[in-house]
Amino acid sequence: MSEKIGVYVCHCGTNIAGTVDVKGVAEWAAEHLKHRGVVIGRDYKFMCSSLGQELVENDIKELGLTRVIVAACSPHLHEKTFRTACERAGLNPYLCEMVSIREQVSWVHTDKVAATEKSKAAISGGVERVIHNEPLEPIQVPIHADTLVVGGGIAGIQAALEIADAGYHVCLVEREPSIGGHMAQFDKTFPTLDCAACILTPKMVEVGAHPNITLLTWSEVEKVDGFVGNFKATIRKKASYVNTDSCTGCGICWEKCPKKVVDDVFEAGMGIRKAIYRPFAQAVPKYPVMDVENCTYFKNSKCKACQLFCPTEPNSINFEQKDEILEVQAGNIILATGYDLFDATRIPQYGYGKLPNVFTSLEFERMCNAAGPTEGKIVLRDMKTAPKSVVVVHCVGSRDENYNKYCSSICCMQSLKFAHLVMERTGAEVYNCYIDIRTPSKDYEEFYKRVLEEGGHFIRGKVAEITDAARIPEEEGKLIVQVEDTLIGKQRRIPVDMVILSAGLEPRHDAKEVGKLFGIACGASGWYTERHPKLDPVATMTDGVYIAGCVQGPKDIPASVVQGAAAAARVLGKIQQGVISLEPIRASINKDQCSGCRICNGLCPFNAIAYIEDDNVSDINPALCQGCGTCVAACPAGAISGTGFSNEQIIAQIDGLLLRNLEPAGV
Amino acid sequence: MSEQFEPTIIGFTCNWCSYRAADLAGTSRMKYAPNVRLIRMMCSGRLDPTFVLRALSSGADGVMITGCHPGECHYIEQNYKALRRFLLLRRVLAGLGIEPERVKLVWASAAEGARFASETTAFVEEIRKLGPLNWGKTDDRQQTMDDVESSVVNRPSSEMEVPA
Amino acid sequence: MTANAKPKFAMYWAASCGGCEIAVLNTHEKILDVDANFDVVFWPVAMDAKYKDVEAMENGSILLTLFNGGIRNDENEHIAKLLRQKSKILVSFGSCACEGCIPGLANLSPVGDIVHTAFNTITTDNPNEIYPQTTFDAPEGELHIPKLFPVLRPLDQVVDVDYYMPGCPPESHQIAAVIDLVIKVVKGEAELPPKGATIGVGDSTVCDECPLARNVKMIKEFKRIQDIAPVDPTLCILEQGIPCNGPATRSGCNARCPQAGAQCIGCYGPAEGVMDYGARLITAFASVIDATTPEEIDHILDGIPDPTGQVYRFNLAGSLLKANREAWKV
Repeated sequence: MSEKIGVYVCHCGTNIAGTVDVKGVAEWAAEHLKHRGVVIGRDYKFMCSSLGQELVENDIKELGLTRVIVAACSPHLHEKTFRTACERAGLNPYLCEMVSIREQVSWVHTDKVAATEKSKAAISGGVERVIHNEPLEPIQVPIHADTLVVGGGIAGIQAALEIADAGYHVCLVEREPSIGGHMAQFDKTFPTLDCAACILTPKMVEVGAHPNITLLTWSEVEKVDGFVGNFKATIRKKASYVNTDSCTGCGICWEKCPKKVVDDVFEAGMGIRKAIYRPFAQAVPKYPVMDVENCTYFKNSKCKACQLFCPTEPNSINFEQKDEILEVQAGNIILATGYDLFDATRIPQYGYGKLPNVFTSLEFERMCNAAGPTEGKIVLRDMKTAPKSVVVVHCVGSRDENYNKYCSSICCMQSLKFAHLVMERTGAEVYNCYIDIRTPSKDYEEFYKRVLEEGGHFIRGKVAEITDAARIPEEEGKLIVQVEDTLIGKQRRIPVDMVILSAGLEPRHDAKEVGKLFGIACGASGWYTERHPKLDPVATMTDGVYIAGCVQGPKDIPASVVQGAAAAARVLGKIQQGVISLEPIRASINKDQCSGCRICNGLCPFNAIAYIEDDNVSDINPALCQGCGTCVAACPAGAISGTGFSNEQIIAQIDGLLLRNLEPAGV
Repeated sequence: MSEQFEPTIIGFTCNWCSYRAADLAGTSRMKYAPNVRLIRMMCSGRLDPTFVLRALSSGADGVMITGCHPGECHYIEQNYKALRRFLLLRRVLAGLGIEPERVKLVWASAAEGARFASETTAFVEEIRKLGPLNWGKTDDRQQTMDDVESSVVNRPSSEMEVPA
Repeated sequence: MTANAKPKFAMYWAASCGGCEIAVLNTHEKILDVDANFDVVFWPVAMDAKYKDVEAMENGSILLTLFNGGIRNDENEHIAKLLRQKSKILVSFGSCACEGCIPGLANLSPVGDIVHTAFNTITTDNPNEIYPQTTFDAPEGELHIPKLFPVLRPLDQVVDVDYYMPGCPPESHQIAAVIDLVIKVVKGEAELPPKGATIGVGDSTVCDECPLARNVKMIKEFKRIQDIAPVDPTLCILEQGIPCNGPATRSGCNARCPQAGAQCIGCYGPAEGVMDYGARLITAFASVIDATTPEEIDHILDGIPDPTGQVYRFNLAGSLLKANREAWKV
């Protein structure tokens, strides 16, 4: 055995020494694992103290240790400490392993003998493992200074502006014809009742005009190759059939377009647009797009009214335009693709879609908006009658075992806002049916108080049913909301003119597929999983891919803005570093042994494994590989090996833990 | 003192969830049976069935595999791959006369220290009931042929005749 | 004995079927090279020789011994040890010697059951339940037949082995290549591979030599080949849902079975450095299952009716666990 291994057993005061015979364990290792290369076994009060670290450093220098085992707390706490100490003494840090005998032994066991024996086994396993450790170097990756931001809602806008203002180039990709996202559809924002458009549109304009931002609307990311520092995104810019070089956005084309279409997206089905359209007046960019599904020309080769009336020279309407495929290089990616609104038709007892005067929150937002289908008038579905009484139903699809278990976070405040707007604009009686009122942010509780003082009624109870089946004459012609008022313990039937369903937020219907594209995961509720829920909320498990806004979970506008800015800060930090180093825990394929069976190809969620047809082998991109080791375990030919967690290391550790390494006499 | 069988169990944990669950059980000072010796891997997807076979053939009485809950894998979906292997491995082990219960798969999130502790203790008790596996030791019996012969010869013991 | 100084050659069969010898004879005229270059001193299937003749030889006097068959009884073990002593180069020849092969599947049952099955079941008329005895006093003296061991062992679990040559049987073209190599070594024109090497094989697994088209595989159902009609002769067998052992099996046979439209059954054993062949197949099959819930996965796995036999058909005796637990309980 040519290795010289040092074993250090920490007392951690009495944390370990109280349950484990640390001195005995250190002596045992020195004696019984001598034949495995252990040349020194020491115990020390606090290994993580500077004196403890020096102990290791001195032994490396004086005894020429080639491997180090520190039996102490969890490696999650001090692995870095001891690896750095080894590095200071000239030993490759990856030749040091920690063995946890505190969290996994002394703190969880009471029997001193058993705890001591388990510590010995753990150290024996560690020694066998570390023999097979290889010296490793962190992987250095240069960072491309451009950033790809996907999603042009408020979070994406904020992120793009922060980065662009810092002097770096951003490519902002948006699926719809305009940026602005959900926020552009709202009328007022809680709790200050700022006009959403007033605060959002200046930012949209700034994005459109920013010299550091390339704006790709009506575009979607189709493919992402590469890895942190060096992504290559393939983007489909859908044909808009409008030549943006000559178009001035004058609006004559959609004025003249004879085809009216119900706008399901921006107007939430409440309004009409044309087949060639710009979703709203302040849209950025200002150019319209052609909806080929509905365009008369595309349907039966007749019409061309838009082209006929287009006043620009040359004519801006181009029916021959094709989708463009663009490639964008980026060092980092921020995903801010937002949310879908919960589909209220999934709760049939609430009658949405059948009872005309049951509205969703988004429909109501459009109704309130001065630029919306009713020019801001709150009216029933007949578009003229103002309601005299309204119920706002909270938690629609949220906090519900049958739909989404989570709280959608914005609905309480949104519902309070609705109540306020109804009362302000119509003087109607408003009933809020809620499970709990949650107003945890600044000035939110005050807004709740204000709505109470304005005369809003609050009923604590989950609405059971909304029906038009009257039981008494007063209910005739009304919507009857059946709810248990749990504060007074009574069933109530509230006859009203209008019901607003405060629908919850849901992950985008295609969140999973989009996540796969970018190599990130959805949690149990379907929102993208952050690297750490508290300490790293905008990073993901894929280096270089960040999330901001509602993709990470339901949140309101201020929180989305904060995340957009936070993601931008993280990206700027990466760009500033220029080069980043990655943990060298990676898989690699021995091409001689690889049979090209392609079984590993389907296993990597990070798209790190590519099949090279010409050589009939698969290959792993080390910068994309995250080091999970799944392909290593899966390769039927045993052709894939993993640094840091190799087969040899783990098999040796198994044998060590089972004390198969002891000489018969030593048992 | 009565001699209670103390099983030796190898536990595989993933770096992100179950190992942290074990850490949490420690920091919360939860007590559980000392029979499981843990190996940290980056992901339950790293679990090569060879590791389980090696542990069982090297003297472990049981193997506990732990990872993030389905849908919560830090590598997106690799724990499902561990699940598929585990289910096939158990079938193969059954064909080798090893009770499927000797290999257990536990999902434990980083927040589930209590679950980690209770599942560990429950597993140790289960293995204790099954008794020792003794696989490593049976190798030595290869050399003892006399009992083989008696096993052959003594089968349908009564009316054995010697050919003349 | 001839007076020339040709190097000596031996071949022996322990627990095996004889297919390995046929494979050697299938090298056709190459066998004449063996005769021309070697003095064949011991080859029970081809010539008459007595164990005592071998015992009388000097240690290390045989240059090359091809040993096929597993170690099932004490006679096998005795000859294995004897030939090890007498041979310079001992080749574990064929799947039985390398990893147990089909005779190794007997390790799934206790030896008593095996004898009982052979001598007292429906195929054997044995109303008096007469069983073979290992010793018998005859007028000429005490007679012995070999004693069965509880399990079959590959050759290297009994003696030190120089080279491994897997296959059931090894392909004749591979045998010819190995014979050529040894002749060259004898003539000083080539060097032997490092001790312990697997010879007469490729570096990779069967898929490497398999011409069938392959994609990223995901499977909703495992089927047996007889349940598919017809098998697509151009598409990867595993992708068609048939558990094909090719991905985990050592190349060298030129993907014989898949080329003929049948799944690889794994006779060439594991690839280089693999500790347990079955584990590689478990993970290969598990990796292509397209399901996420235990129920769905189990349903798909029901399509492999004998998982243990599927993944250890040739390799059980050479695997980490070696045998069914019952087989140890003699």
